[in-house]
Amino acid sequence: MQAMKSLKHLTILIALIVVFKTPNVKSASECFEGASRAIFKFNMVVDDIILEPLAKGYNKLPSPIKIGTSNFTSNVSTLLSIPNNILQGNFEQLGHSIGSFAINSTVGILGFLNPAEKMGFKSNKEDVGQTLGSYGIETGCYYVLPILGPTTVRDTVGLIADTFVDPFAHVTIREHELLSSSGNALDYYAVKGTTAIDFRADNDKNFESLEKNSIDLYSALKSIYLQDRENKIKNSIIDEDEWGSLDN
Amino acid sequence: MKKLVIYLFTIIFLLKGSPIFSYSSNPKDFINELVNEAISYLSDKNLSKDQKALLIEKIAIDNVDINALGLYTLGELRKSASQSDIKNYQETFEKYFLKSLTSRLTEYSSSKFEILGENKKSSNYTIVNSKVIPEDDSPEIKIDWRVFTQNPDKPLIRDLIVEGLSLARTQKEEFASILSSNNNDINILISKLNEFVNN
Repeated sequence: MQAMKSLKHLTILIALIVVFKTPNVKSASECFEGASRAIFKFNMVVDDIILEPLAKGYNKLPSPIKIGTSNFTSNVSTLLSIPNNILQGNFEQLGHSIGSFAINSTVGILGFLNPAEKMGFKSNKEDVGQTLGSYGIETGCYYVLPILGPTTVRDTVGLIADTFVDPFAHVTIREHELLSSSGNALDYYAVKGTTAIDFRADNDKNFESLEKNSIDLYSALKSIYLQDRENKIKNSIIDEDEWGSLDN
Repeated sequence: MKKLVIYLFTIIFLLKGSPIFSYSSNPKDFINELVNEAISYLSDKNLSKDQKALLIEKIAIDNVDINALGLYTLGELRKSASQSDIKNYQETFEKYFLKSLTSRLTEYSSSKFEILGENKKSSNYTIVNSKVIPEDDSPEIKIDWRVFTQNPDKPLIRDLIVEGLSLARTQKEEFASILSSNNNDINILISKLNEFVNN
């Protein structure tokens, strides 16, 4: 029964990939810009009322607590990188991810410390959206999701698929046992929520500066999102060579 | 009155063409010297915010290729817009760029700056890799500098790539969105830039 369910999910995923595989485009076009801008405004209000105050409060916590929390959420997200490294055939990174998770979860006291980095293990964050990108599947159009923020068709498919390949999601959302332990959906969303607050707190000044200096914040964030995703898929910094045409 | 005297003093100081603004022509050394100079001003407690802004503006005018950056951020429209519109845009863009730059740097907190290396892409471009290490708990930031070296004696900065995000590309895509929702009317973009400058 479980196998049938997984097969059904896999079929839906493949169908979505085929449906949304779009021709090569440099910058993602908008799916429905008007609605996305309205959702973006809503998200900014949510940020002002909830996320920003939480992030500012988080930034006032003693440094060891902040670093420990950041290490913990980062260690949990390494679990998602492991299957994605396999799917991408990136076995060097796979070694780094497994080594990092094993060392930090044990010697690093459940991931609150990061001794693995000092030992030379550096885990890149990989998700299904990046894996699909590494297969050559284009972004599809761009839009904004309520609360979750900027995304593309490919990344939305990836986001849903993440919950099927992420061992942490299996242990929490689906309450499967792993090494005699399991959790519940609340654990999953608590860790994801903390990851969001940690990210927002780390970038608090950058957000403020961007908000103050943008004449179209929606487009600036779209550009930043798409550049970041491109870099993560290529695991390197993209080199925009359009400057060359300026000198001709 | 006191403010005016400080302004005049700073302007005279700048106009004297102090040798502090002369940097090496080697891209790596050029960035290192320029950034350390800027950090020394920004962290100088004897300088007011306005004085710091003036000094940073002077460094930017001399060492950033603002004209090229303006043209780049205009995208394809630079090929079809009239000369007078381009001239008007360039003048406004420079004011916008300098205001945006000084505004970003007012939040500066002390950091260490380190050059990591350089990568010569062509005879025109060298990418200088660096990192900024904040003195608080914030994570270090990788910054790559796109240096235009067509004139080997006078390198100019054309872009900053902060943690892989190109500021020039972000700006270009922001402007492209404004243009596309306004029938590619350059004058609307200019008026939006003016709005920012005058606020």
